[in-house]
Amino acid sequence: MANNEKDKKTQERLVSIASEWYGQMMDGRVPTITLPTRTKANIEFNESSEVWEYGDKGTTRTANTAKGALHILKMAYVVGFLKQQLIESRSSTLREMYYISEGWKRAKFAAQDESNMLIEDLEIVTELSREAFHLRPEEDGASIYGPLRLREQTKRGNRDIHCQEDVGEAGYPIPSNVENIEFLDHDASFVIATETGGMYARLMENGFDEAHNAILLHLKGQPARSTRRMLRRMNYELGIPVVVFTDGDPWSYRIFASIAYGSIKAAHMSDILVTPSAQFIGVQPSDISDYNLPSDKLTEGDIAALKAELTDPRFDTDYWRKQIKLQLDMGLKSEQQAFASRGLDFVTDEYLPSRLSEMGIL
Amino acid sequence: MGVAEKLASEQKSISVAEFFEKNKHLLGFDSPTRGIITTIKEAVDNALDACEEAEVLPDIWVSVTKLTKDTIRVAVEDNGPGIVPDNVPYVFGKLLYGSRFHQIRQSRGQQGIGISAAVLFAQLTTGVPARIISRTGADKPAYLFELMIRTEKNEPEIIRKEEHEWDRTHGTRIELEFTGTLTAKRRLIDYLKYTSVVNPHARIQADIDGEWFSFERVSNEVIVSPQAIAPHPHGIEFGMLKRMAASSTDNAQDFLVNGFSRVGAKSAEQMLAIAGIKDSRKVKGLTAEQLKSLLSAMQEVDVPPPPASLCLSPIGEEMIVQGLEQEFSLDFVKARTRKSQVFSGHPFIVEAAIGYGGKLEPEGQALLLRFANRVPLLYQQGACAITTAAAGINWRSYNISQQSLPIGPVLLLVHVASTNVPFTSESKDAVAAIPEIEKEITLALQDLGRELKNFISKRDRNKVAEDRARAVCSIIPDIAEKVAEIVERPVPDISPIEGQIMRRVVAKKKTTDGIVGISVMNYTRNPIEVMVYSLSEDNPEKAVPKPDFIDTIGTEFNAVWRITIEAETAWKVTYPGKGRGSIDIRGVDEKMKVVVDLDGE
Repeated sequence: MANNEKDKKTQERLVSIASEWYGQMMDGRVPTITLPTRTKANIEFNESSEVWEYGDKGTTRTANTAKGALHILKMAYVVGFLKQQLIESRSSTLREMYYISEGWKRAKFAAQDESNMLIEDLEIVTELSREAFHLRPEEDGASIYGPLRLREQTKRGNRDIHCQEDVGEAGYPIPSNVENIEFLDHDASFVIATETGGMYARLMENGFDEAHNAILLHLKGQPARSTRRMLRRMNYELGIPVVVFTDGDPWSYRIFASIAYGSIKAAHMSDILVTPSAQFIGVQPSDISDYNLPSDKLTEGDIAALKAELTDPRFDTDYWRKQIKLQLDMGLKSEQQAFASRGLDFVTDEYLPSRLSEMGIL
Repeated sequence: MGVAEKLASEQKSISVAEFFEKNKHLLGFDSPTRGIITTIKEAVDNALDACEEAEVLPDIWVSVTKLTKDTIRVAVEDNGPGIVPDNVPYVFGKLLYGSRFHQIRQSRGQQGIGISAAVLFAQLTTGVPARIISRTGADKPAYLFELMIRTEKNEPEIIRKEEHEWDRTHGTRIELEFTGTLTAKRRLIDYLKYTSVVNPHARIQADIDGEWFSFERVSNEVIVSPQAIAPHPHGIEFGMLKRMAASSTDNAQDFLVNGFSRVGAKSAEQMLAIAGIKDSRKVKGLTAEQLKSLLSAMQEVDVPPPPASLCLSPIGEEMIVQGLEQEFSLDFVKARTRKSQVFSGHPFIVEAAIGYGGKLEPEGQALLLRFANRVPLLYQQGACAITTAAAGINWRSYNISQQSLPIGPVLLLVHVASTNVPFTSESKDAVAAIPEIEKEITLALQDLGRELKNFISKRDRNKVAEDRARAVCSIIPDIAEKVAEIVERPVPDISPIEGQIMRRVVAKKKTTDGIVGISVMNYTRNPIEVMVYSLSEDNPEKAVPKPDFIDTIGTEFNAVWRITIEAETAWKVTYPGKGRGSIDIRGVDEKMKVVVDLDGE
């Protein structure tokens, strides 16, 4: 069985971490583990895959401090737990694992963030995804609506679904394991991923999907891994261009960056999650003045975030430098729904078509 | 007869002995309990002063014997220069008889009251005469005296005087019997102990009612006896000036230059000019008015401070530290000897020390040891300027809790040495509040307080580091167990890992591919010198580095390497072999070493 084979490999990689520690201890050395440093100072652009990945900088955790020892102890417990789970062909959610750790005495997690981080560490060391460990994320994926037919393997058999005809207004919800989806056919010329539910509903109500053969995708804020995986698969496997439509503030630019360049937290998964050809539609800082959009003043936090982006290697392009500097000069930000000030149809009839043709998609 | 006439018939002079008979408390004989301590204190002070003058290392023997329920015999014997037989009756049998009263220098006794007051006290309580034996040299006989004091005349009465067989070649012994109790035994022992702290050159042995105490000397250096100096112009009073002038044959200029310290021809000229007295004028004939203006002129002219190094004898920082360490085994002790200063023309030096931990009481108020001219001050702590100065310091800023005096295992020592220690009373229990002296005490203690703060914070840091290491060591076994469970193998021996974390010396033997490797890791913060032993059937002749010594025991080779390993570095030796046998290291504390054989079973 292919799946059994995969689980066995996963198990071996996990156990090899423990074997390394075992060897260190048999030699009378303090157990250690080295992981890539997960900060923006340690991400590098991979020319061949066109995504941002972790660089060579490593952080070594050593059991010679209480903190380091505890970290390694927790990691050992998680490895032991995952090994057992793979042997028994069971699976669990990240949240369930966090609760299971209650029984691990001092190896128990203080908060779920901690267990999530630790699983990400294990993904990096084993070069496998958490799905391979039989761990499911709690977060649900976003939804899509548009001319796409797919087949989803569910535990109760295969389901063929057309994402316009077979779904309600909420759209098709992306499952947590996107690998269970098979694309059947499509009639889309592009995917438009929007940050807010309001804009997603506006596009649907105005029939934007039908007018332009567009697949609408609701990101629900910072997109989940499954959402990003879905975008990448549609782009790579079906060749559909991806555009991203967010609010015009520094936090929204980071949503775009995580789709197009990869996130700092999950840079080890960049090669399966990132869509390097994704393009940013707006709201661009220049749109605020060009369309005279209603706006708010930048807060101190916004200004600091913009300045941080100026030192972020992912934003180190002429386009972003220009836009960020412009926004800092204006001191203003606007939401994507601010276009409503010019009428409810303005965004679908004027703004988006003109931006899409500028970008060469229409 | 009028009242005045009636009174006049009753008025008569009283002898000093009669005066002190009625005012025993002024001399520290207020109670029988205290009487013993004062007696021993006076005798020991005299013995130490005498030995110092003769430049011999003092050997003092004290004995206190209970004769009946309330009579006690005290004997103090020294190896000093002895007293010539003609003077013995006056030294012990006449109050205010002494050699040092007119001298300006640091000494324990001064007025010549102490020991004769003790004789008087004995005589008043039991009526038994004082017994004194003294010998001034090997070529001279020892004399035994039995003395009493004629109180109405303040003159000695010799009951008995005879040559005496004595095994000492020189020295003095005094025996007194009086009514008293041994309730102050603890304080007496403290007195001897503190005396020994500030007299590190002395050996004091005591037999207190059958219990034996010995305070060994920590220094074999004879201390240089302070020399007498001429009075300083700023430290003189009218009466003394008048007396000096009356007995002088010099003219005014010479009188000032010869009779006072630090007065040169130029300062003398200035003083005389201000006072309006001619240089050539004989001082003997100056009127009281003229002397008064001379005295005030003497105060006006700036003169360097008196030559303290000659007339004062501080104990010294090193000696204080040694003395305190011997008696209290402290974790921390530092001493300061300040530069000499002057108050009212009298030179003085303040010395101070702070001790911490060791045998000190961990709770309660700090132990304050007060000394004046190397004599412990045992009474009236609250009235003493030393106490006031010590309590006036903000000890909390040195991380020491405080309730006027510091709280905790703290010892404070303050020694005031001066040609004229200003006591609050003739019983010499407390130093008077002189601002110059208080300031010096404060500065010395503050300086030491800073050092103590550094010590405590460093000690706390080390403790924190140790606690952290312990925390880590409690987690490692869990890691070892879980990891062994995952890889399905036996739990590894984690003692070398603990050794590394606890900063110990870890020796390991591990054999791979026919090469025996012995390594010694020094995880401590100091370099170590160790011997590495290997007892094995493997021949270590080809070892790199070569053993310093190889020996065969039956079929086994005993190899020894003698090595120095710097802090936080490792040493390693390899040689071909199968890795049988055992290793060990010597030269480090057992608690600090971890030896593991990774070839195991």
